[in-house]
Parts: sequence; C-alpha cells; structure tokens
Amino acid sequence: MADLVSHPDEVRVVSRRFGQGAADIDRYLQLDGYKAVQKALAMQPDAIVNLVKDSGLRGRGGAGFNTGMKWSFVPKQSAKPKYILCNGDESEPGTCKDRLIFEHDPHAVIEGVVIAGIATGAHAGYIYVRGEYRYLLEIMQKAIKDAYARGFLGKNIFGSGYDFEVYWHGGAGAYEVGEESALMESLEGKRGIPRIRPPFPAVVGLWGGPTVINNAETLASVPHILLGGAEWFAKLGPPKNGGTRLFCLSGHLNRPGVYELPMGYNLKKMIYNVGGGIPNGRTLKAVVPGGSSCPLLTAGEIDVSMDFDSMMKAGSMLGSGGVVVVDDSTCMVKFALRIMKFYRHESCGWCIPCREGTDWLDKILVRFHSGGGLRKDIDNIQYLSENMLGRTFCPLGDAAAMPTISIVKKFRKEFEDHLDGKPCPFEKAGAAELAMA
Amino acid sequence: MADVNITVDGKKVAAPAGTLLIEACKSAGIEVPSFCYYPNLSLQGACRMCLVKVEKMPKLQTACTTVISEGMAVSTDTPEIHQARKSMVEMLLGNHPLDCPVCDAGGECELQDMTFAYGAAESKFIDIKNHREEQQWSPVVYFDRPRCILCYRCVRVCGEGMDVWALGVQNRGVSSVIAPNKEDHLECEECGMCIDICPVGALTSGAYRYKTRPWEMRHVGTTCTHCADGCKTTLGVRRSDTGMEIVRGDNRDKSGINGDFLCMKGRYAFDFANHEDRLTQPLIRKDGRLTPSTWEEAFELIGRRFKEIRDSAGGQAIGVVGSTRTTNEENYLLQKFARVALGTNNIDHHRTADFPALAAALRGKPEATASMRDVFKAPAMLLIGNNPTEQHPLLAWQIRNNVRLHKARLYVINSEPVKLRRQAVNFIQIPVGSEGNVARFLSGDDSAAGSISNPTATRDAWVALRDKLRGEQNLVIIFGSEIRGEDIASLVKFGSAVPSAKFVCLSDYANSRGAADMGLYPDLLPGYHPMSDAGKWRDEWGGVPQTPGLTLPQMVESAKAGNLKAFYVVGANPVGRLGIDAFSFSQRFVVVQDMFLTETALIADVVLPAANAYEKSGTVTNTCGDVQFLQKAGEITGAKSDFEMTVRIADAMGFDVSKLVPFSRGTHSDMGQSRGAQSGEVDRHGVWLEAQGLEPKMSPFDPTAILDEIQRLVPGYGVSRANLLAGNDQHTTLSGSGAGVQHDPALIAPANDTLFTSGTLGRYSRALNSVMENRQKQPAEEVAAD
Repeated sequence: MADLVSHPDEVRVVSRRFGQGAADIDRYLQLDGYKAVQKALAMQPDAIVNLVKDSGLRGRGGAGFNTGMKWSFVPKQSAKPKYILCNGDESEPGTCKDRLIFEHDPHAVIEGVVIAGIATGAHAGYIYVRGEYRYLLEIMQKAIKDAYARGFLGKNIFGSGYDFEVYWHGGAGAYEVGEESALMESLEGKRGIPRIRPPFPAVVGLWGGPTVINNAETLASVPHILLGGAEWFAKLGPPKNGGTRLFCLSGHLNRPGVYELPMGYNLKKMIYNVGGGIPNGRTLKAVVPGGSSCPLLTAGEIDVSMDFDSMMKAGSMLGSGGVVVVDDSTCMVKFALRIMKFYRHESCGWCIPCREGTDWLDKILVRFHSGGGLRKDIDNIQYLSENMLGRTFCPLGDAAAMPTISIVKKFRKEFEDHLDGKPCPFEKAGAAELAMA
Repeated sequence: MADVNITVDGKKVAAPAGTLLIEACKSAGIEVPSFCYYPNLSLQGACRMCLVKVEKMPKLQTACTTVISEGMAVSTDTPEIHQARKSMVEMLLGNHPLDCPVCDAGGECELQDMTFAYGAAESKFIDIKNHREEQQWSPVVYFDRPRCILCYRCVRVCGEGMDVWALGVQNRGVSSVIAPNKEDHLECEECGMCIDICPVGALTSGAYRYKTRPWEMRHVGTTCTHCADGCKTTLGVRRSDTGMEIVRGDNRDKSGINGDFLCMKGRYAFDFANHEDRLTQPLIRKDGRLTPSTWEEAFELIGRRFKEIRDSAGGQAIGVVGSTRTTNEENYLLQKFARVALGTNNIDHHRTADFPALAAALRGKPEATASMRDVFKAPAMLLIGNNPTEQHPLLAWQIRNNVRLHKARLYVINSEPVKLRRQAVNFIQIPVGSEGNVARFLSGDDSAAGSISNPTATRDAWVALRDKLRGEQNLVIIFGSEIRGEDIASLVKFGSAVPSAKFVCLSDYANSRGAADMGLYPDLLPGYHPMSDAGKWRDEWGGVPQTPGLTLPQMVESAKAGNLKAFYVVGANPVGRLGIDAFSFSQRFVVVQDMFLTETALIADVVLPAANAYEKSGTVTNTCGDVQFLQKAGEITGAKSDFEMTVRIADAMGFDVSKLVPFSRGTHSDMGQSRGAQSGEVDRHGVWLEAQGLEPKMSPFDPTAILDEIQRLVPGYGVSRANLLAGNDQHTTLSGSGAGVQHDPALIAPANDTLFTSGTLGRYSRALNSVMENRQKQPAEEVAAD
C-alpha cells in the first residue's frame, strides 16, 4: 500500500476520502457516499449529461476529451444493451493515481459508473482493474458485493425502479489494453488488440452495444460534480479544464507522491514546491510531464501551466498526470532506451510500424548505449520514430515515438557523447538509478 | 443505391455507398498497395501499406478501412505517402531473412514487389535479425516464422473462409507468431489455402518447396480432375525425362468458379500422374501373362477380335464401360463408337447420381439448374443429403461464404450432423435413408411426414419448414445421390412451388455429369434421348441400334451366361470400384484403357496405357452443369489419350474413322494440326480460328472435331466456343433434354470418397497418402476438423 502524502496547495476533491477508511461502505456513507447517485436518480438523464459537460471535466486517462460530450454521443435508443466501462487498466509509466482511488475510495468509482449509466440509459457497468493490481481487485470486489447487499446495485436500486448491474474484471497484464477498444476486446475474452474505428465505442462498443469508456479518476470525479455543482467544479481550474487532477510526482524529488492539485497548477511550482525539489544537490535536467508517452520538457521549459491546452501549446501533453522528474545525473540515452524497452515489450504486435519500429529502436539503443553507436544511428533513431508517428494502428506507436523524438532533438549532444566507442559518461559518474513508478 | 462521388488523385470516381476506399480506387484503376487487406476477408488495418491522404484529415488514413463518403478528396501518391510506405517496407525487411534466392516465393512475392515499388533497397539496420527455426506443421504445410510479415491472411482464410479455425496468433509485440491449432502441428482439412494466400514465403507447400523457381515453370490453366466440382486450377509444369512433371497446383488465376478456393486434392494430389506404377506401354496377355507389346500389335489384335465378335455374334455380344473422368469428347466418341462401329447399345458407366431423372423432371423448364457461381449468390439454399465439406469442397466453400458474406439462409437436412449445419439457419437430422421421404413431404405428400418426424423435428416443425422454404425466392436446392428416381420428380414438384428455384444434383467424379450428358447409358443417347427418340442421331450417324442395351450388371450376367464375348473398359475400374465378379470375364476378350494396372486391368487381355486429364485437352462438365475447358499441360512418354485409342481401334477394325470423327472439315487449310488443342500452349490466333470454326481438323485424333458435333447435337452444349477456349466456365441447362428413362435406383453407387480418400486417382498420390498416414497416427477423436 502506498503512503499518502499531502501539501497545503492541494485541493482535495477526488482524494477527499483518502486515508479515511472509505473502502468500508458504512464509512463511505458517513462521508456523503451514494448521495450523488440518489440525486442523479431524481434527475433527467440529459440534465446529468449537461451538468457534466458544463463542469469542464475532461478525460483523466490522457486524451482529455470532454466527458459530458462523450456521454452525449450515446444514442438514446439502442437495440443492443448499453454499457458503462470503467478503465482501471492504469499502466502508463509514471502514473499511479487510479490505484489510490481503488484502494481508498472504491465506492466513488462504483457511484460514478452508476451515474454515467443513468445519464446514458445503460443498465450495466464493468470495472476493469489492471492485472498487476491484484490486491486492489479484492478491495473492488468487496465494495461491489457490499453495494449489492445494500440494494445500491442490482434490481431497483435505491428503490427507484432503475436496474443497474456492476461487474468487475481483472486484466492479464497488458499496457495495450488501456487503449479503450483493446480494453473491450480483452473484456470480451479476446486478445487485447485495438479495434478499427469508426465505429466508435459510443455507437458500437462492448458486445456491439453503445459503450461509454471512462478512466477511473474521471468516473470518481463525477459524484463530486453532482453534489458540488458544475460551476464549482469548473472554477477549480482554468477555462475548459474543470476540476482538479491527481498528479503523480516521481523520479528525482525530495517528496514524491500523488498530490491533488487544481488543473493549471504551475509545473515548476509542482516540482520545487510540492515535490520538494531535487535531492542531493543535483539540478533538474528534464521532466516527463504526463506519463512516459509525452514529449519531455527540459529544465528551461517547465514554467508552464499544467492543463490540457497549455501543455499542448508547450509542445507536450498533460497526459495521465504522471510527472517524472529527471536530474542531471541521468543518461538520456539510457532513459530513451528504458522507455523503448517498455514499449517494445508492450506493443501488441498488430501493426508493422509499432511492432517492428519498437523492436529496431530497442536494438539500436541497446547497442548505442553500450558503446557501439554510429553517428548515423542518431538519425536512424529519429527517422524510425518519425515514421512510426501517426501511422500506427493505435496511439501506442505514437506513445513510443513522441518521447524518443523529443529526447533525440533536445539531448542530441548526449547521444554524440556516446560515440566512437566511448563508455556512457554517466555510468562512471555513478548516477542514481532512475525509478519510474 | 445511388453512387457516392469522390475524387482520387484528381480523377472523379463514383462507387456504390459503403464501398471501401481501397476498392473504389481499384475500380478507377488506381492501385493502393496492401498486405493485410484481402477482398472478402475481415478488415485488419494492420500493415499500414494502404495509407492515403484524405483531405481535411490530419493523419494519413488506411484506405482499406475507410468507407467512401460524398465529396471525399483523396491523394494516393504524394511524397509523404510514398515515404510512409517505404518505411513500412524498411521496417519489415529489418527482420525479414532476405533469403529470396532460395525462397519458394521469390519471384512471386508481394514483399519483393513492394520493395521494388517503394525502393527500400538500402538497409538502415546493422543489428542482428530476430530468428526462429522453421517448423513443419503437417506433411504439406511448413512455416518459416522469420519470413512472416503478420498480415493475418492465413488466419482469416482458415477461419472465416474454411470454417476450420486451425490458425491463430500467439504472443505479442515482435514475438507475435502465427501458430497452429494443435501445439506444434495442424489438424485441419489440409486445403493449403493458407499457403496460397501467404503474400511471402512464410507458409510453403511440402509438395512443392525447393523444387523450382517460379519462372522456370510453364503455367497451364486447366480444370481440376479430382471431384465433380470442377475447380479452375493452374498447373506449374516442368519438362522432365518422361515428358513433363507437374510440380505445383494452385489457383493463381482467381477468375474461375472457385475464385480463391482449391482443396487439398486439387492443390497436392496431381502427383498420381508421375507415379512409378503408371503404365507406359501396351500389354497383351500371352501365355496367361500380361506382356509388353507394341501399339501396332495391340491395336491390330483388338481391331481383329472386336470385328470378329461383332460379325459372328453381333454387337450385343460386346459390352462397353465408359469413364467418369474422361472428357466429353471422349465420352461422346465412345458411345458413338459403341453404337456405330460396334453396333451395340451395351454401354454404361459408374453412375453416382440420377441425372436422367433430373433431366426428365426439368424438361422444358429453362434456367432450372444452378451453376457453381449461382450457389455463391443465392439468397437461400436447401441442402438435402451428401456432405459437401468432404465430397464437394468447392460447393461447401460457396455455401459457407454465401452465408458469411451475403447473409444467405441455409437449410440442411441430413442423416448425419454434417459440418455445414454450422452455417445453417435450420438443421434437421433424419433417419438414414429417409431423404426420399423428405422430398415427398416437401412436394406436398403429408403422409411422408411420419417417417421423418421425431421429438426434435416434429410434424409441425416440418410443416413450418416447408412453408418457410416455399416463401423463399431463388432458392437453390442441392441434393445428394440419396435422392433418386421418383424422389427427384417430387423434389422438382416442390421446387415449382418456390419462385425461381434452381437445382444442383451431386455426383462424385470429375466428369460424371459429362458421362451422363454424353449418353453413356444403354438406353439413352446423348442429351437423355431415349432410343425411341433417336431421329436426329440416326440421320447424323446413318443408323443407331434400336433396342436398349445392357446395363453394367446385366453385362456381367450376360458374360457369365456366355453371351457377352468382349468387354471394352475405358477409364473405369468396375472390378475394383463396383465389385463386379472378375471371373465372369475369364473366357472373354477384355480390353482396358487405364493409367494403372487396376483390378480390372489385371483381368484384361489387352491393356492400353492412357493419358490423364492433365495430358490432354477437351471439355468437362461439373456436377452443376458448368462446362469448362481442359488444357493439356504436356505429354508423358508412352501414354495415349483415350480419344486417340478409340479412333485407332475403330481404324484397326476397318471402320471408316471419318464417320466417327468428322475431321478434315473447316475452311482454313494451310495449317497442320490445331495447335491450341495439341500443344497445350495458349495460342490466341488458334483460339480465334477455333472459335470461328476456321481451324481445320486435319487429324482424326483432334477432339475439337467431335466437339463441333456435340455442340450441334447435344442440348445445352451450344455454348460460346471462344469463351470455352479462353478458359471461361459456361452453364448448360437441362431444359432441352430428351424425355429420359426411369432407371433402377440400385444402379447408382456413390463413391463415398472423403476429403482425404479417393479410390480412383488419389490412391496413387504420394502427397495425399502422406496426409492420410499422418492422420492415422493421430488419436481418432482429434481428427475431426469439425
């Protein structure tokens, strides 16, 4: 179990009940639990959708699509059953927020799923928990069981006449399944490979039925919006970036951990203020701002507001909230290699550029870092990454290409320092191993 | 539905709504490359070769998954697109072994073609390629993982196309690998479709691998000789010391009735032609022993004996058995020879379906038979009896894929839980032998319902099924040889209650239908004309014996009684296949024409070595009635075509062969032989001359001379000569047939061959035998591909 941290700048919304025993249903009820869903049952579905739309809540999985908008795409009438699917396959390196929600506030996720169901006219929801989070699955299973026992799930929930079933599902250990269409394949018992789109899940999703797929943090935010109101939530962050965000601070920091900060919080402040700065008298070299898929920012680029739109402008992405801080003892070639090893391992292999591209990038980087690099390799790494970008079957290829491109571009000199059979200049300096969550 | 208008590379293109962009481009003559996209298989979007630029879309789009929409503007060849494709090829080639010089696919490899087109000639990679050892999955299927580009065509054609599902993908990422269904080997129908559809040399054929370079073969388009479905096939032929060797059978030409399909027999079992037991010289029984002789001696002997017997005991003392695998021309010639030269109607063949009954029932009904192509398009199909998956692999393919791609409704009634029930909207299992009752019940005879009803198929269920079937349009009614005689009439009666119903009658051998159409019956002339209706033939031939002749069982009885004195068997094995009593012929003069020393040849006085269907030209008719051309692939030293042998026997009898084969007709006289028919090579000028009837038939051994007569006289065979010679299938109809004759249903003897067994040709195929032996090693319960 992860230790909880805190900081005065935090605005606790999603993490409000962390550390308060809210996995227990009675405790959850004492902390305003299941009030939001009862409120939703009394509302018109369209009103719920509009409320969430107005709150400016954007998908916390990384893409940042407006949640209410996503819900509004679900057709009102459907011959096939509709589904709500909670994406708890949290696998992005540097990201460790959903695990805290599952551990400390599992009922909030259930509540969010049910509210999404009421809003879209679905009567069943699935909570998909990452395979490696086996211990969290037990917590989730108990929460669902308890909710059923109280009549909060199943037939006629809260005596409202509305039926809603919630099921849990454990993954088998694939990063790729965090991609929403691969998630559906996995849930249907198939290989975790993405689907061709269109059709989009909102129209043809799980078992062919219209499906809403939201990240666990997104769904856990929903009950708070229902109780606190759209305006309150929207005002927590800058325009079009409503609410707060669980930022997962890791890497070379004095106080790593998961902090809930308002959207738009300044990255520099986040590192030096909230995270306590760089330890051991080192200086900052680079930051991965939102999980390993994002282009890196250099020390000079961090005075930036952490919201979806500002990060895009800064040439990177807010992503999944995984902020990885890298100090000057780190070899960026090795860093690129470490990232590529991950994507090579996690590529589903379906399409050529991702399958072959990650393999070749890995091979080249391994050789390069161990002293066998050639000058043309630097261009080849760039060439391969650029030819993967935007051409793969799903965004995994982009996720592997984007950080690599940014590393070669921003730290080309470090690559050149590895040339001519020279050993890695950082190895002999006895650099600290970089821990990625 | 109205067409959707798009612009591709500045060219206006219109295509029906719902068309995929890649197909719309193709229709406008613009090729968009792909590995994983394959027509009629599910979409993958995996190879990314078909990336194109669609206006207003920020990223390149895959043309194989994009459905066209009104006003769409597309570019297919910009520097960005070219670079994208080039990089895909580069990445593929990174781990690809580049063993092209020894790879079977070298020269006909899509990866080579793409490399050529997009120029990824210089490798950016110096690191070690990933490697895995090659695997043998079955006697005929090998898999070389490093060559595989993971386009998933094999997985899909096996699952979606064949409904076998023997291939899948294991592992992920760069470790992804195509894997067989039983750990390290395949248990499947061994159709080899996976090999055929593989764009590279990852899947190779055990029968073909490392035998030749593709460009060293001559590719001969012909018709498969194994079952009655008549797939178009392309033979890869090389010269050898015995004349020629067929090294490959495949369906690179997708224009045939079988499209992409070929089964295990068609793909591998051509090697019977080169079997060491093949007869290569005539044999004459001397001192009780079959002894090699010359052709002259053999023909002289046969001619003399046939003439003696005819002149002394009359034509009725000679019996003739024709073949279900010789050409229409040979069959027609044989019955004409029997009737005109021998003066007998004693002619029969191994009957595997009651075509005369169908011809009689459909007489005067135009367009009442379905072609093999119709089966793929029909909105509804009724299958009674037979097991097409085993006995008619192409028909089963057509049925399955019609259901899958066109949502056709299939109704299956069978005494066994046949595999096609999986495609059926309605499957009813009936007691063995009650197929005829089904036909009677469907025709409206409710008294037949009792014998076919049971708790799972109640009387009410049968009535409901009949009502449902009557409500179908363009229903294709397919029935096996279980339904014969009167029952066929019942089925046709039922069919007339269904708007535009069509029939398919299933027989067993490559030209069973042709044998029936050409009149290899003691009581029927070509086109199912009874002897009482012989007018046209009498005029043409100057006389036909009037009384019906003997059936095969009657010939045996007659021989036993001492009346039948000579027995002429062409391409048939009644001793081995029909179990007739060999000793009945011990004092008779028996002549056998065959490729092998069959059980029947063993009792012969003269055995003549015959050419097979790959070694001669002519026409064959499949079980549906589709007439196709058999293109000669080459000759094997020592064998003659049955056509030539029959003509030579007539000549040796002193018969004027120009009365048998109307040769020396035609107006163009400066050429030698008709080259198209003789050389086996496509000769466009020859084809044209043939089609115009201008090519002179200088030789009595030229089967096209008798094709003229067939086309003139046999109802339904007046098909386009140009189409025929160009290798196109043409459907014959039975509506103009004669009145037929009621036959004893017991005369029909189904072959009961399966996908892997064949008593006639297949038993001489090494490839087929190796698969069978391999399957016998497997535990019995696992063998079923079902």
